Amino acid sequence: MLLLQVIVGGLLLGAIYALFSSGLTLIWGMMNFINFAHGEFVMLGMYVALMIVVWLGGGPAVFGIASAFALFVLGVAIYLSLIRHVTRGPMLAQILSTFGLALLLRYTAFWIFSANVVSLPQTSLGGTLNIFGILVPAAQLVAGVTATVITIALHLFLTGTTLGSQLLAVAEDRNAAMLMGIRPDRMQALAWGLAAAGAGIAGALMAISYPWSPSVGETFGLTAFVVVTLGGFGSVPGAMYAGLIIGLIQALSAFYLGPIYKDIVVYALFAALLWFRPQGLLGKA
Amino acid sequence: MKAPIALALAFILYPFVFSNAFYLDIGVALLLAAISASAWNIVGGYAGQVSVGHCMFFGAGAYLPLLVYHHWQLPPVVGVPLGIIVSLVLAVIVGMPTFRLTGHYFSMATIAVAELIRLVIGTWDFAGAAIGLQGPAVGRGWWDLTFRGELPYYFIFLAVLIVLLLVISTIERTRFGYYLRAIKAGERAARSLGVPVRRTKLYALMLSAAFTSIAGSLYSIKTGFIDPESGFGILVSVQMVIIAALGGAGTLYGPLVGALILIPLQTATNTWFGGGGTGLTYILYGGIIVLIARFEPGGLHEMWHRIAPKFGKRHAA
Repeated sequence: MLLLQVIVGGLLLGAIYALFSSGLTLIWGMMNFINFAHGEFVMLGMYVALMIVVWLGGGPAVFGIASAFALFVLGVAIYLSLIRHVTRGPMLAQILSTFGLALLLRYTAFWIFSANVVSLPQTSLGGTLNIFGILVPAAQLVAGVTATVITIALHLFLTGTTLGSQLLAVAEDRNAAMLMGIRPDRMQALAWGLAAAGAGIAGALMAISYPWSPSVGETFGLTAFVVVTLGGFGSVPGAMYAGLIIGLIQALSAFYLGPIYKDIVVYALFAALLWFRPQGLLGKA
Repeated sequence: MKAPIALALAFILYPFVFSNAFYLDIGVALLLAAISASAWNIVGGYAGQVSVGHCMFFGAGAYLPLLVYHHWQLPPVVGVPLGIIVSLVLAVIVGMPTFRLTGHYFSMATIAVAELIRLVIGTWDFAGAAIGLQGPAVGRGWWDLTFRGELPYYFIFLAVLIVLLLVISTIERTRFGYYLRAIKAGERAARSLGVPVRRTKLYALMLSAAFTSIAGSLYSIKTGFIDPESGFGILVSVQMVIIAALGGAGTLYGPLVGALILIPLQTATNTWFGGGGTGLTYILYGGIIVLIARFEPGGLHEMWHRIAPKFGKRHAA
């Protein structure tokens, strides 16, 4: 029963990994661009949630939406002021732009919020549910289900709506999309906004159940790399499955080996993936 | 040939002009930063393969000398070639699979493997776990390279830097150097002209790893202490990247120029903001990196070549 509980916990956390990783994979698919600051977006989402709760006293619905909105604006602003100008530049500029951004965001957070571990005050989602003998904290269940719903909604938005199709058209062939009257710049700005918003919500959802400090961004960023590589670059459904798998692997390695090994196992998996299957599980060679 | 000799002379005379310990300390830090950034520059600058996890080589070079001392009481210097061997193995592990793919995979792999190693070292008792390792407190002989003053270290570091710059300037004029620049300018075009792209990139990474490892060894032998954060921390990698990119990645003297600017700046911010100012230093680093990427990816080198003709006489351009 304990093992089953560990598995459920891992999958629920994995659903959140899937949510923030789908933004990273979307941007990679559209622009062949790796965002090294993606984990920092998640971290900022957590602090937005904290500030909303402390200052305004809102519940999870309020700070979830606030995190999404704040990060959407930040994502679009970063695209327009920085990313747009470096995508056509040398590789060095592409990588340094978001790598420098990650440092800037991480250490600004250290400076403002200090390195102390913080957590949200008890929210309305306290308590533990007993589902057929498996104990699941209500907050984790709500967070995992919400994350899954949003990830699926993102996928449906991309594949089922006109705007989403325009976005994917730019991803497939920028020039052809331009000839069809789509403005790639707008679509890419939208993609950055959506990716950051997804990371923001994911951060807010995790903030409900887990304590954190500014350094979590680095861990989440690397986790997102692993998820996206496993799922195949550019594939939102791939990120979804891979997120669940990574969450499960983490939970099991923490259970069998000890909590300090959960990240070690995942990063080692990443190194192995690069050697044996860099295109991921669902990707094509 | 005159400028390099004048530069070398300036560096040789520096400790005699500024003999006070504070300035000597800055000089030593500057030389070490220039060595590791120049080593990064071989693969990150010349070959255009941007590593953001070079601390894995620095850390390997830093740990091995103190490991052989700690476990077998050997002189730390014995660990230097061992550190190079470990770094070469790491370079192959990271480079072999990722150099088949686009450059982003290489960057991601470097940062992930570096972080993996940092976590493993932090839990591994043989390597001192989170506490770290110490070198000989008092030298048992000259071979322990434990000196009281900074001056001997200054000249050892300077000698290594000069050797490294000579190696790079030689490479610049060989076929290998042209291959590197061809790959940076366009991998597909280089391959179509018969450049062995993967092998060249791998050799560049291995050479870069070896010298970064030496930089790490110099650091730990001088400091007599190493822990996971100072060996494998992300900020070790950040410093190499920022110094090379600031001065001009892919140029011979770029990293040296970058170090000449950044190290005194870092000392100044640490002095102004006190011990709590390290956070502000890294905010500054992040800001500088973003600004370089956005406005001047060629670093000061390219900026100089664009601006200088406007001030100088016509024939200077």
